[in-house]
Amino acid sequence: MTRISVKVDGTTYEDEVEPRLLLVHYLRDHLGLTGTPIGCDTSNCGACTVDLDGETVKSCSVLAVQADGSEVTTIQGLAHDGEWHALQKAFHERHALQCGYCTPGMIMAARDLLRENPAPGPQEVREALEGNLCRCTGYQNIVRAVLAASGQEVSS
Amino acid sequence: MTDQVVEPEVGRSRPRKEDARLVTGQTNWTDNINVNGLLHLAILRSPMAHARIDRIDVAPARERPGVVAAFTGQDLAEGLGSLPCAWPVTEDIVLPDHPPIAVDEVRYAGDPVAVVVARDRYAAADALEAVEVDYTPLPPVLDLEAALAEDAPLVHSDQGTNRCYVWPLATGESYATVRERADVVLKRRYLQQRLIPNAMEPRAVVVTPLAASGEYTVYSATQIPHILRIMLAVVTGIPEQKLRVIAPDVGGGFGSKLQVYGEEALALTVARRLGRPVKWTESRSEGYLATHHGRGMIQDIEIAATREGRLLGLKVDLLADMGAYLMLVTPGIPILGAFMYPAIYKMDAYDFTCTGVFTTRTPTDAYRGAGRPEATYAIERIMDELAVELDLDPIELRRLNWIRHEEFPYTSIAGLTYDSGNYEAATDKALALFGYDKLRAEQADRNRRGDSVRLGIGVSTYTEMCGLAPSRVLRDLRYAAGGWEAASIRMLPTGKVEVVTGTSPHGQGHVTCWSQIAADVLGVPFEDIEVVHGDTRAAPQGMDTYGSRSLVVGGAAVHHAARKVVEKARKVAAHLLEASEHDLEFTHGVFSVKGSPEARKTIQEVAFETFSSHDLPDGMEPTINAEHLVDPDNFSYPHGTHLCAVEVDTETGRTTIRSYVCVDDVGSVINPVIVEGQVHGGVAQGIAQALYEEAVYDDEGNLVSGTMADYFVPSAVDLPEFVTDRTETPATSNPLGSKGVGESGTIASTPAVVNAIVDALRPLGVTEVRMPCTPQRVWEALRSARSSEEASA
Ligand code: FES
Ligand code: FES
Repeated sequence: MTRISVKVDGTTYEDEVEPRLLLVHYLRDHLGLTGTPIGCDTSNCGACTVDLDGETVKSCSVLAVQADGSEVTTIQGLAHDGEWHALQKAFHERHALQCGYCTPGMIMAARDLLRENPAPGPQEVREALEGNLCRCTGYQNIVRAVLAASGQEVSS
Repeated sequence: MTDQVVEPEVGRSRPRKEDARLVTGQTNWTDNINVNGLLHLAILRSPMAHARIDRIDVAPARERPGVVAAFTGQDLAEGLGSLPCAWPVTEDIVLPDHPPIAVDEVRYAGDPVAVVVARDRYAAADALEAVEVDYTPLPPVLDLEAALAEDAPLVHSDQGTNRCYVWPLATGESYATVRERADVVLKRRYLQQRLIPNAMEPRAVVVTPLAASGEYTVYSATQIPHILRIMLAVVTGIPEQKLRVIAPDVGGGFGSKLQVYGEEALALTVARRLGRPVKWTESRSEGYLATHHGRGMIQDIEIAATREGRLLGLKVDLLADMGAYLMLVTPGIPILGAFMYPAIYKMDAYDFTCTGVFTTRTPTDAYRGAGRPEATYAIERIMDELAVELDLDPIELRRLNWIRHEEFPYTSIAGLTYDSGNYEAATDKALALFGYDKLRAEQADRNRRGDSVRLGIGVSTYTEMCGLAPSRVLRDLRYAAGGWEAASIRMLPTGKVEVVTGTSPHGQGHVTCWSQIAADVLGVPFEDIEVVHGDTRAAPQGMDTYGSRSLVVGGAAVHHAARKVVEKARKVAAHLLEASEHDLEFTHGVFSVKGSPEARKTIQEVAFETFSSHDLPDGMEPTINAEHLVDPDNFSYPHGTHLCAVEVDTETGRTTIRSYVCVDDVGSVINPVIVEGQVHGGVAQGIAQALYEEAVYDDEGNLVSGTMADYFVPSAVDLPEFVTDRTETPATSNPLGSKGVGESGTIASTPAVVNAIVDALRPLGVTEVRMPCTPQRVWEALRSARSSEEASA
């Protein structure tokens, strides 16, 4: 067992964990922060995407012990004072989700893109989301939502 | 006082009520459920496609840290029946026993052989490694044609055959006769590769027992909580009224969660044995083996026509891969397709036979369109071949043969009565949006120049049958259950409304659409409506969600139930206003007396007065709540035209979709933006079948594409922008006029893409590319066309 201290969505947690415990399981099973879902066991789907010290990571490919001393932001930490993040609003307004299982990961990955490139083109959005799979939407509305969240005009 | 709700809700692009939870991560996926004392169940699966289990020992697993129990199939056999098949399509169908966990023989790679239960999921997974199993390999059965040979090894040796059933349908004139008078007869073989559904949420089940009373709550990532409850009662012998099944938030299904899975029965049985809550969550790779697959067919199709291009007859011979066992509706999937091969075309004879075949592979069952994409693919591919043969434009050939607008209702050669449709309108609109003539000109130019990147244009004009289904038709097809759907409306004392539906959504937006429907009929605000679903205790009646039936049957039930509420409320309002019911008008949620509009009661006021029941009409029950079960009198038939332009690089074999246009007619639309979203997702899947996806097995029957790293699920960069539009001919089988939309995109798009690829390469001698049309397959098709050209030169 290893002692870790991680700040998740603004709260610091101290825990004893097995060295092999994945960050995503730490978030879900140990902290009860189930907003981050798991879609695969091969780091292909992107459902589990979170922010780790300003970097976007797939939390199923990071060990909890690697997050020791770090700050993690999940989908559950995006809204502030009840006010949704621009991407959360845009996903809702543009119907960019159906079952919603891929949505936390999509939003976290898109947030990273917009930090680096505040006005991406549609192809840039598609490329940035390549590691995030969605089985419901066909991606078109997701792309539109990300463009809309960046403040760009998007045809409906 | 002003009227309550003035703008109609139906037809508006309402952002969804569902989204708030989903975009903020406050979801209730089954795997999120955690209760005190929860145990994690893990399953050891067969590493071989076919083998006898000689010895199995779980004792070493029990010794592992954190492990609470471990069981073999033998240990669990008592009180655990065969998994059900509810669709025995013929009287003499072979129905092998299907134990939720293998006892003496495994029949596909992934068949469960042992279960371990531990205090955490890591410990459970670890302990699987300690289970000892000795197998004697048996020959795998993989090839559908070879499986039918006299001396083929048998999947179920006690059945003496791998032939599950033979299901024929012959209608109209005799095919042999019309074939004789035909000028042209074409025969083709098409292969429907196996697909792996890949709903983004893996399957999961949590069972919480109440030992003292023998009651169980089963949470499952399922599309069918109601059917699951009945079937789990049958499989485990637990009385139905002691079982409560809840489908919490469900992350996609696409048919793969239209199922009664062994894992659900195992979790329930283990929870019962141990008296403790149990959770099983599928890993993705495990799901590739253990969640049912889709498609898997060999289609031999023959078409007979006159020189002018009029269709005379169609003959289809189908071999359908059942996999190792029959799941809930496995045998019925190709039968659904049987009715769709004639599509939108008129002809004189139709002859269909399907042979279901057992193989030592993961069972197949419903997946995105279920039988109808396969049928549409074959007919739309061969229509293109016929157009080439007759030197006609593929769209002209279709125009010559389709049912004309003025001919509806029209009974198709397969015996379905298409109630409404307008194929001309959808096609004309699609052609205009696509810029058909301009693209054809560009194509001709590129061909003339011998461009190494060829342009191809593919069309698909489809129809499908939605709204499953009139119960009498299901009886005739030997499907065990009915096709009705239920809804009830509860008017709460505060004037708010609960709509209870028997459908069970997993991404389709039922909460929003059902609110829109109820808001209009009741005249209450959209925001004041809540929709209850997916819990057999809160919504006890229902037939669940699959086959694009929810809106057309379930939405119609909501409409009818709301109408009943209004009629009951009218009685109370008339009494309170001291007027005759006939003198009451009801608009925007307000009853008013004709001619004296100041005498009025809102439906919310009526709801409260009924609740207090101080002054009700004599003999009236103190409620205006109402329930309605609707059994549709016909299917509904969405249709449309999809057009795809591809660029195929003849040097690399790579296909790029240059434009994709679809015009669908799904009848009247409740929420346009939701319809558009459903079309996008469906088209994406259809394109993926055409270009990317395939479950690949090796010669031993191992699933080679066994992880998400090996099975190509397209991402945003692999799919194009879609141009979608609609025409609207209302359905006549339900009061909403809606036809259903969930599957149309998938059904229509696959042939449009492959037709486009073949169209691009035809000048180079290619007449067929096998799906998925990967660069390698395209390149090989080009090479063999070149070499046969050289050989004949
Ligand atoms: S769960 Fe992490 S990438 Fe799929
Ligand atoms: S919305 Fe269902 S997977 Fe993306």
